[in-house]
Amino acid sequence: MTAAELIAFAAFEGGVYAQAFPAFGVERRGAPVQAFVRFSDEKIRLRSQIYEPDYIIVQDPTLIGDVDVFMGMKEGGIAIVNTEKPDFDSRVPEGARVYTIDATTIALEELGVPITNTTLMGAFAAATGEIKLEPLEHALRSRFSGSMADKNVKAAGRAYNQIGGAV
Amino acid sequence: MLEFMEGSHAVAEIVKRCRPQVIAAYPITPQTHIVEDLAQMVANCEIDAEYITVESEFSALSACLGASAAGSRVYSATTSQGLALMFEVCFNAAGMRQPIVMTIANRSLGAPLSIWNDQQDSISLRDSGWLQFYAEDNQEAADLHMIAYKVCEDHDVLLPAFVCFDGFILTHTYEPVTLPTQEEVDAYLPAFTPYQRLDAANPLSLGMYATPEYYMEFRYEVDRAMERAKQAFIKAGREFGEQFGRDYSALVEGYRLEDADTALVAMGSICGTAKDAIDEMREHGRKVGLLKIRTYRPFPAQEIANALKGVSTVAVLDKNISLGNGGAVGIEVKSALYGSGAAVYDYIIALGGRDVRKKDIAAVVDLAEKGKGDMFYGLRTEVL
Amino acid sequence: MALRAGCAAAPGRALENKTGAWRVFKPVFEPEKCTKCGMCALVCPEGCVRETEEGTFEPDLDYCKGCGICVEICPKKGIRMEKEEK
Ligand code: SF4
Ligand code: SF4
Repeated sequence: MTAAELIAFAAFEGGVYAQAFPAFGVERRGAPVQAFVRFSDEKIRLRSQIYEPDYIIVQDPTLIGDVDVFMGMKEGGIAIVNTEKPDFDSRVPEGARVYTIDATTIALEELGVPITNTTLMGAFAAATGEIKLEPLEHALRSRFSGSMADKNVKAAGRAYNQIGGAV
Repeated sequence: MLEFMEGSHAVAEIVKRCRPQVIAAYPITPQTHIVEDLAQMVANCEIDAEYITVESEFSALSACLGASAAGSRVYSATTSQGLALMFEVCFNAAGMRQPIVMTIANRSLGAPLSIWNDQQDSISLRDSGWLQFYAEDNQEAADLHMIAYKVCEDHDVLLPAFVCFDGFILTHTYEPVTLPTQEEVDAYLPAFTPYQRLDAANPLSLGMYATPEYYMEFRYEVDRAMERAKQAFIKAGREFGEQFGRDYSALVEGYRLEDADTALVAMGSICGTAKDAIDEMREHGRKVGLLKIRTYRPFPAQEIANALKGVSTVAVLDKNISLGNGGAVGIEVKSALYGSGAAVYDYIIALGGRDVRKKDIAAVVDLAEKGKGDMFYGLRTEVL
Repeated sequence: MALRAGCAAAPGRALENKTGAWRVFKPVFEPEKCTKCGMCALVCPEGCVRETEEGTFEPDLDYCKGCGICVEICPKKGIRMEKEEK
């Protein structure tokens, strides 16, 4: 949920309407969850969950295989998968692009903890072009303070550059 | 200025700026984020309020009742089973004419246990004498708290109010909202002037016992205050619009109703999804509109009848069920439209957190136009 | 009389409700027999037996319901019931 909220917040900082919400349920840190984000130039009124996403971020690679993480993905959609194995068995729908990034390693190196929210944000920004680097950094700096802000900006930046090179 | 935040946080922030003097609440999903935020604000001395920790919802509202009777502006929040546990105190608070404002993070009632959204909880308290306002989005949820205090504390009203917003669907959603500053809230909402208060130097008993010679008259007075609350709401909503540009003077609000043949009637966050669905149906030439009910109590029967004049088919979306007689809103809309000639159908929908999509709204409109209604929508017949 | 919002009133209103009106028998205390044990005041369900300046006891007939419990308890048989005459 934190990743979804941060992405929506960064998009909002970038000047669009945004909405982020969890697949409602038990709030236990680390439990497998889904969260959803919408962006729009107009005020967002729709409240249903998202069934046909344009973009999918898979934060936990161990879910792949157990859960159809790409369900409903549209043609021309983009998926960002946190994995160290770029050749993972993905069953990606036809016409969708997949970017892989080892966000866990980047997060461990930059933040010292395997919390991948901000790293994946950077990857998402680069892969989709929906968020520019500047509002992203602004979003991170208003959510984190001091050295944690610097570290998160660096982690996001590394992912941004890495994916940016692949786009 | 638009800010990006969680619905619960927006409500906590606006409650803070309404300057409650006493807060008593018991945490329960999905209301928890609101009261966690408020407890933190009290601990940080951001609000000059007493936060009374209690062991149950019954005690929470009892503490609020006492504090209100003593002349404080008070606040609480709850949902579902928590509200059920407050049942007795709710009736007393209204009968004692205490202007308590309580947020309801709408949730279903057990059994079976469900933490997810519908509106069964507040609607089940429809006869308690509390005003009930329903928010479509987090902006409206925040704004309605300011209006609620103004309406409740009006000496022509003196009744408590629920500000209802859908659990999880709004409480846990992050979206942009504009929050008035403390100075702006102060300019809109003056300090609480109690009509009468408990005072050791001048003792008073509230809610004294009434013999059969008096009881009915007291109930009549509460009902009349409910009726007067309509005008008080319209006035407070208009003043809000004048000051902040968002007008809430309407007890019901139409969306693309002007030339509509079929009208949906709904309350709360489902109205947003319905509006998007209506836009799509309109693109296909379907003359569909929405009537959103903002104040369920007092019930705006006349306003509904006026707004739906000329509509031939009405489909009421009920996120509750009055077991044995269909949805509570549908029953009342039918009575409001009695004799109008419109065909009114009721749909029990989205109970216990069942997601509602645009295509579901369109399917309901199809059913109503075919004359099929007064039913549960979207039942999974394979498990029955 | 207009109703007061919230059914509010000054406390002590129960005193105005003189509950002794429907009695058939009333207790008659004989202070000369009284040993001032205080049992009558203790058991009276209406709490309407009070001590006099002499230390003996008497009922407040505004609230006495004529139940006769004080008669039963008095060890000196110093209380008797008499038919109420109106
Ligand atoms: S008769 Fe009953 S009520 Fe009256 S004084 Fe005796 S005990 Fe009390
Ligand atoms: S019980 Fe009898 S003896 Fe005792 S105080 Fe009362 S009247 Fe006197």
